[in-house]
Amino acid sequence: MISFIILMSIVICFSAVLALALNFQWGSGGMVNFGLAGFYALGAYACALLMLKGGFNTFFATLGAMAIVAVACGLVAIVTLRVTEEDYFAIVTLGVGEMLRLVALNEDWLTKGALGLSGIERPFNDWVAPTSYSYVMLGFCALMVAATVWFLNKLARSPFGRVVRAVREDDVVAATLGKHVLWARIRIFAIGGALIGLAGSLHAFYYQYIDPTQFSNIVIAYAFMAVIAGGRGAYLGTILGASIVMVLLEGSRFAKDLIPSLSSDQLAAIRIIIIGVGLIALLIYRPQGFLREYRLQANLSGSKQQSP
Amino acid sequence: MLTVKDVAKSFGGFRALNGCGLEVRPGTITGIIGPNGAGKSTLFNIIGGLFPPDQGVVELEGRSIAGVRPDKLAGLGLVRTFQISRELGELTVLENMLLAGQGQSGEQAWANFLRWGLVREQEARTLAKARALLERVDLWHLANDPARNLSGGQKKLLEISRALMLDPKIILLDEPTAGVSPLMSRALTKAISTLRDDGITFAIIEHDMDMIAEICNPIYVLAEGRTLTSGSFAEVTANEDVMKAYLGKVAA
Ligand SMILES: Nc1ncnc2c1ncn2[C@@H]1O[C@H](COP(=O)(O)OP(=O)(O)OP(=O)(O)O)[C@@H](O)[C@H]1O
Ligand SMILES: [Mg+2]
Repeated sequence: MISFIILMSIVICFSAVLALALNFQWGSGGMVNFGLAGFYALGAYACALLMLKGGFNTFFATLGAMAIVAVACGLVAIVTLRVTEEDYFAIVTLGVGEMLRLVALNEDWLTKGALGLSGIERPFNDWVAPTSYSYVMLGFCALMVAATVWFLNKLARSPFGRVVRAVREDDVVAATLGKHVLWARIRIFAIGGALIGLAGSLHAFYYQYIDPTQFSNIVIAYAFMAVIAGGRGAYLGTILGASIVMVLLEGSRFAKDLIPSLSSDQLAAIRIIIIGVGLIALLIYRPQGFLREYRLQANLSGSKQQSP
Repeated sequence: MLTVKDVAKSFGGFRALNGCGLEVRPGTITGIIGPNGAGKSTLFNIIGGLFPPDQGVVELEGRSIAGVRPDKLAGLGLVRTFQISRELGELTVLENMLLAGQGQSGEQAWANFLRWGLVREQEARTLAKARALLERVDLWHLANDPARNLSGGQKKLLEISRALMLDPKIILLDEPTAGVSPLMSRALTKAISTLRDDGITFAIIEHDMDMIAEICNPIYVLAEGRTLTSGSFAEVTANEDVMKAYLGKVAA
């Protein structure tokens, strides 16, 4: 049981990083990313391939994966937003995400297709005994979540964070006030992309084996649920949201113990139903999510000095 | 300073502007009046870079700005407000103001981690400026509220104050006093004429004739997409065509 909780906590952690990336892109910046699963796969495959084929260590493979997904996301934003209205952006991300998944599935020479990539190395593997490794992995993943939240909160409180939210609220006003909207959007999407790359790397480290089925589009729905449940733009809330979604998902495995006659197909259906019911309950009782986005609260009574 | 010549713009088959022109000289408050649907806001949208004109000339200080992006125009010192307030609703009143500060290093994401001292210092300066402007329109006590919670008139005041954050050379105001109380309207009229004395040029679309009469000179009259006439308030109101344009519209 303890080990189950630990493993589940690790899963929650890297799911939370993925959801945080979405919360930055969509929650704060208003850029819908329906290609999340594909970019997530790109991050995991990039990390794995950098190690397996490129000979990089886990640290540089992670950095490389972050850079690759950031560039991919940035390119999608540049190319799409330059030529079309932003309304089409969501569709393009969907297409690109699907394409990335198909590449993973079909380009056998690179990704071994449906067989997947195995033998993925883990960070700190040489330093710890295998029996206690899951604790180290959990600590590492939790640290990555904390670092991500710290980074995003820092951005949210900065002038850049204001631009991010302004572009979401009304891009015409942002432009009228002198902000380069396209450039802002490229950066929003690329920064989110780097975080997706991080989540993908953690995913690869945890499973040590990746194949295309792990990155199906249902991942996108879960990530959106986590963000909506936690509150758009509220990064701490996303951790809560991701925890709830993953607990509901994984917890429904226990249904098999309670009702042994369930087939695995029925079980899969029940998981989706539980998630759906949970989401509906949330939208009824707390449509704005658990937590609220950061808002500057200045000291109004004091002198003209105040802390940021 | 701002020259518009023979501008035309159609939406589908509908000619919103057709042979519209005006000249805003530096240091003036130029009024733009005309019946509803005359094309006044459309003209501001073209000058402000929301969409390019189908034809015609738009020049700022001798340089063509037809089709130039709004953020570039802001860099050139031109900023506009909207007829229907466009506050950034989820941002606080103060954040709306701070956003409009120019040259903020902290708008580069990395600078907040590597040059935070500089960012902090700039932020304090931007804040002091925002505070002074908000206090002037009696909005400082609401600075921490989300902008969507402001009343209609307060949103107008916020939008004008926000435009002033850019230290513009020229401001286009689209019905600044619509929905603003008479008292605040008077204060705003005074503030605008003070700002003009400080060297800011204005072009103002207004239906409030008191404001037009008091501070605007010259005044351009638009009707059915063209410039009908221009001149001082006395000249314009003495013109029979102007009365016809207004009354004709009502009678029709
Ligand atoms: N984006 C648009 N698409 C289609 N038609 C438009 C658009 N913008 C303006 N129009 C039309 O152009 C005409 C002029 O509109 P405009 O908003 O410029 O009038 P206005 O002079 O500002 O009037 P008001 O005093 O009522 O604000 C109107 O008939 C309007 O329906
Ligand atoms: Mg108008």
